[in-house]
Amino acid sequence: MTTTSPGLAGVPLALTPLNRKDFTSDQEVRWCPGCGDYAVLAAFQGLMPQLGIRRENTVIVSGIGCSSRFPYYVDSYGMHSIHGRAPAIATGVATARPDLAVWVITGDGDALSIGGNHLIHSLRRNVNITIMLFNNRIYGLTKGQYSPTSELGKVTKSTPSGSVDHPFNPISLALGAEASFVARTIDSDRAHLTEVLTAAIGHRGASLVEIYQNCPIFNDDAFLELKGPKAPGVIRLVHGQPVTFGTDGAQSVVRRPDGTFGVVDTADADPAQVVVHDAHAADPTPAFGLSRLTDTGVLQQAPIGIFRQVERPSFDDQIRDQVRMPEPQERLSALQGLISGSDTWTVG
Amino acid sequence: MTDVLHQKLNSLALPQSKEGATRMSEVRNVDRVVIRFAGDSGDGMQLTGDRFTSDTAQLGNDFSTLPNFPAEIRAPQGTVAGVSSFQVHFADFDIRTPGDRPDVLVTMNPAALMANLHDLPRGAVILADTADFTTRNLAKVGYSSNPLEDGSLDAYEVHAFDLTGLAVGAVAGFGLGRKDAGRTKNMFALGLLTWLYSRPAQGTLDFLARKFAGKPAIRDANVAAFKAGYAFGETTEVFTARYQIAPAPMPQGTYRQITGNTALAYGLMAGAAKAGLQLFLGAYPITPASDVLHILSRAKDHGVITLQAEDEIAAVGIALGASYAGALGVTSTSGPGMALKMETISLAVMLELPLVICDVQRAGPATGMPTKTEQADLLQAVYGRHGEAPLPVIAAQSPGDCFDAAVEAVRVALTYRTPVILLSDGYLGNGAEPWAVPNLDDLPAIDPGFVTEPPAEGPFLPYARDARLARPLAVPGTPGLEHRIGGIEKAAGTGNVSYDPDNHEHMVRLRQAKIDGIADELPPLVVEDPSGHAKVLVVGWGSTYGPISAAARRVRLSGRAVATVHLRHLNPLPSDLGAILRAYDRVIVPEMNLGQLATMLRAKYLVDCESYSRVRGLPISLSELAEDLIAIIDEKTHIAEKEGR
Repeated sequence: MTTTSPGLAGVPLALTPLNRKDFTSDQEVRWCPGCGDYAVLAAFQGLMPQLGIRRENTVIVSGIGCSSRFPYYVDSYGMHSIHGRAPAIATGVATARPDLAVWVITGDGDALSIGGNHLIHSLRRNVNITIMLFNNRIYGLTKGQYSPTSELGKVTKSTPSGSVDHPFNPISLALGAEASFVARTIDSDRAHLTEVLTAAIGHRGASLVEIYQNCPIFNDDAFLELKGPKAPGVIRLVHGQPVTFGTDGAQSVVRRPDGTFGVVDTADADPAQVVVHDAHAADPTPAFGLSRLTDTGVLQQAPIGIFRQVERPSFDDQIRDQVRMPEPQERLSALQGLISGSDTWTVG
Repeated sequence: MTDVLHQKLNSLALPQSKEGATRMSEVRNVDRVVIRFAGDSGDGMQLTGDRFTSDTAQLGNDFSTLPNFPAEIRAPQGTVAGVSSFQVHFADFDIRTPGDRPDVLVTMNPAALMANLHDLPRGAVILADTADFTTRNLAKVGYSSNPLEDGSLDAYEVHAFDLTGLAVGAVAGFGLGRKDAGRTKNMFALGLLTWLYSRPAQGTLDFLARKFAGKPAIRDANVAAFKAGYAFGETTEVFTARYQIAPAPMPQGTYRQITGNTALAYGLMAGAAKAGLQLFLGAYPITPASDVLHILSRAKDHGVITLQAEDEIAAVGIALGASYAGALGVTSTSGPGMALKMETISLAVMLELPLVICDVQRAGPATGMPTKTEQADLLQAVYGRHGEAPLPVIAAQSPGDCFDAAVEAVRVALTYRTPVILLSDGYLGNGAEPWAVPNLDDLPAIDPGFVTEPPAEGPFLPYARDARLARPLAVPGTPGLEHRIGGIEKAAGTGNVSYDPDNHEHMVRLRQAKIDGIADELPPLVVEDPSGHAKVLVVGWGSTYGPISAAARRVRLSGRAVATVHLRHLNPLPSDLGAILRAYDRVIVPEMNLGQLATMLRAKYLVDCESYSRVRGLPISLSELAEDLIAIIDEKTHIAEKEGR
C-alpha cells in the first residue's frame, strides 16, 4: 500500500502508526542553545509520522554545515555527506529507488555557494527530492564568515570592511532554474513550517523550501522583523487569495502598469490591480515577481509560503520508464547476446 | 538511385583474382602487415580503418589497432594539426601492439604525408591520393614542390593515383553533388586495400547497406566506389602482387572485435549482473571515456541506468548515492575528471560503500592532449586523496582485458565495500583487438551480501567487521536497520560520530588493513621467463603490456633471456611481488609517465627499479624497447663476465 500523495507514490506505508519518538535517534543534539535548527527538527519529527510512510523508507542526505548534522538526529536512513554535494547524491538515491522518500538538508553556504551547481541542476531536472535549505545568511560552522545570502555591507570576520558581495535571493534563483515547487518558511512559525514541508514532500519532483533560520551566535535576529504571527513585514502567500499583508491587511501587492510588482496601501489600491496569488501558474513570471518583494538588505519584508507548485514529469520517473530490467533468469542470456554482438567468428 | 539498381550492383560479383580473372596477380604470403590510413579529419579515415579491421577480423588474423585523431572535431582543413589516422596491425600470429612503423601508408593529402612520413621505414609503400596534392595544399603545409614527383620519396614504393577522381567517376550517375561524390574516395581506397590484402568484402558491403539504409543514393555510391577500388586493384598493372596473411592460431572460441571502452562497459554490466544488482552510471562527457557513457546508455533493456550529470563531481556523487541505495554505482572519466571527483571518492572511503571509478587516462596535465594516451594518473589513483584514504587500484592491460579488469573491480568493490579505481587509457579505450567472448555462466557469482535482518540481540552495528574487515551493508528500506553514515570519523562498531583520538588511529589503520588484506586473496603473479635464466626483469602495468610482451618476445628470439611480469593490481600490490623483484639483477619498469610505478616499487620494496619513461601520447615503441632491453641485457652480461660471474 502506498500513499495517495504524488510525491510519496511508490513509498510503502507503515504497518502501524508511528510517532515522533520513532523519528528521534539516540544521538544527542548538538546545536547551540537557541538555534533555529531545533525548531525545524521538531517540526520535521512531528510531521514525519503524519505522512504514514515507513520509517525505513525515509532517507535524509545532507551536505556540510550546522544544519547538515540533521540526519544524525532522525532515526531513519541518512547520510551526512560532503560540502555542497547532497543534491547530487540524493539524485542517485532517488533515481535508483522509487520506494524511498528522499530529503536533502542543506544551508545557504552549502546549497548556494559550493553546491550551487548541483542545486540548480537538481531543480532543473526535477528529481523527486525535497530540499530543506536552512538560510541563516551566515557561515555558522566555520564561525561567522558572510554567506551568499548575507546582505551587502555585512561586517563579518572575512569582511571587516563590509561585504561587497551581492547576495542571492534563493527563491528567485530556484524559479530561474524552473523548479516545479518553490516555497519559503520560517523557523519561528511551526504551523507554517509543518504545512509547507508537508506540501513539499507531497509534491512529485524537486521541491525547494527555503527556511529562514536564526543563528543566535553569528547572525542573531536576522529575521526578527519577520517573527511572530503579527509581524508586519511577512507577506503570506496563499493560493487563490489576494496578496495583502501588514496590520489588518493594510498593504497590498499590486501589478504595476509596467508588469512589475509593488506594494501600496490597501486603501489606495485599485482592487483590479491587487495580485491574486496563483501558485499553479505555468508561467513562473508572477512567482518571480513575488520573490522580488524580498528585501535584499536587512530583512524587514519578505513573502513566505508556496511561490510555485506546478506539475512537471519528474526526472527519475522518466529515466526509470526508459529502463527495463530483465528477469534474473533472462538477464545473463540477454547480456551474453549483447557482448557477443553480431560480427563474430569461430576458431576451432 | 533506385533500389533496383542497388540490387543489381549488389548482385555483381566482385572481380576474382583467381582463375578466370582478368589478370593474374602474384599472391605473396606474408606474416604481418601494418597499414596506416591517414587523411584530413573529415576524410573518414577512422571509419575506413575500422572497416578494414572488421574484415580482417573475419579472416581470423590477429590484429591490434591505434586510432589517432585530433581533439578538434574539424581542425582546419589540409593542415598537419587536422590529420586523423588509423593504424591496424594484422598477422598470422599472436601480436600484442598496433605496430611501430607502418608498412603501408595510405595518405589522402599532403598534410597526412607530412605528419606520418617520419614513421615510415625505408621501402614502405605509400599509396597517395593525388587529388589533394595541389600547389595550394602543398604550400599550406610548407612543401615547395610536390614530394610525389620531386624524387624526395625515392626511398619508398610510391603509388600515386587520383583516387578522388576515380571515385567520382565511379559514382557518376548516382545523382550526387561533386562534394558528396568526392567523399566516397575513402571507400575507393578501402576497396583497393581490400583487394591488395585479400580481405573479404561482404562485411563492408553489409555495413554500407546498414549505415546508409535511409539514404539509398549515398549507399549505392559508396558501394560503387568500394567495388571500383577493388576492381582498380585487380585491373591496373601497377600492383605486381597482392598479399595474403593466413589466420592466426588462436585458442578455440567465438571471437569478436572489441575496443577497450566497449569491453569495459560490458565488464561492468557482467559484474553487476553476476551480483544481481542494477548498474547505475553517473558520468560527465570527457574524452576518451565518453564511449563508456554512450555504450551503457544504449543498454537500458539490460536494466542499466545512466545519468549524464552536470559535472564530474555530481557524476560521482550520483553514483555514490546509487550505491548507497543498493545499486552498483559507477562513474567513468579521465584525468581531469578524476581530480574533481577525489573529495567524493574520499567520502566513499569513509562510508565504505562499493563504487567503481573508471579512469580512461589521457595525456595531461590540465587539458593536456585529450585524444592521446598516457599512464600518468597512477599516483593520483593510488595516493590522490586528502587524509589516509586507501583504495584498490586495478588496471586493464589490453582492449579485451578491460572486460576482465572491470569484472574484477566490481568484485573487489562489493566484497570489500570500497571504492575501486579502474585504470584504462586512451589507447586501450579506442584500440581494438580480437576478443574471445567469455561465457557469462563461467564467471563466478558475486555476493553483495546485504544485511536484511536485524541482529538477534543488540543494536545493528554498521561498522562491525567480517573476516575481510568489510562492514555490513544495510540498504535503505530495510526495516530495523536504520542508521546514519557520514564523512565524519566513525566510531568503530556503531559508526556514530567520534572525535576520540584512539578511535581515529584505530579506524585509519583499520581502513588501511582492509585494503592491504585484498592482496591475501590475489592469485600468484605470473612471471614469464621461458628460459629460466633471465637476469633482467621487466615490470609493467596497464597498456604497456602489449609493447613489453612483444619486445620481450623479440629479445628472446635474439637468443637473450628476459623475464616479464605484469600487474593487474596496483594497490594493494600483490604479496609475492617483493620476492620476485629481488630475484633479478636488474628491474626495468617501462611506463608512459615519468616513472610512477617505479617510484612506488622503490619506496615499498627498496629495490633499485629503473624507470623506462616515454610520454609522447602514444604507446611505447616495441622495437625501441626491444633494442633498449637488448642493450641492457648485453651490458648486464658484459659486467657479469668481467666480474667473473
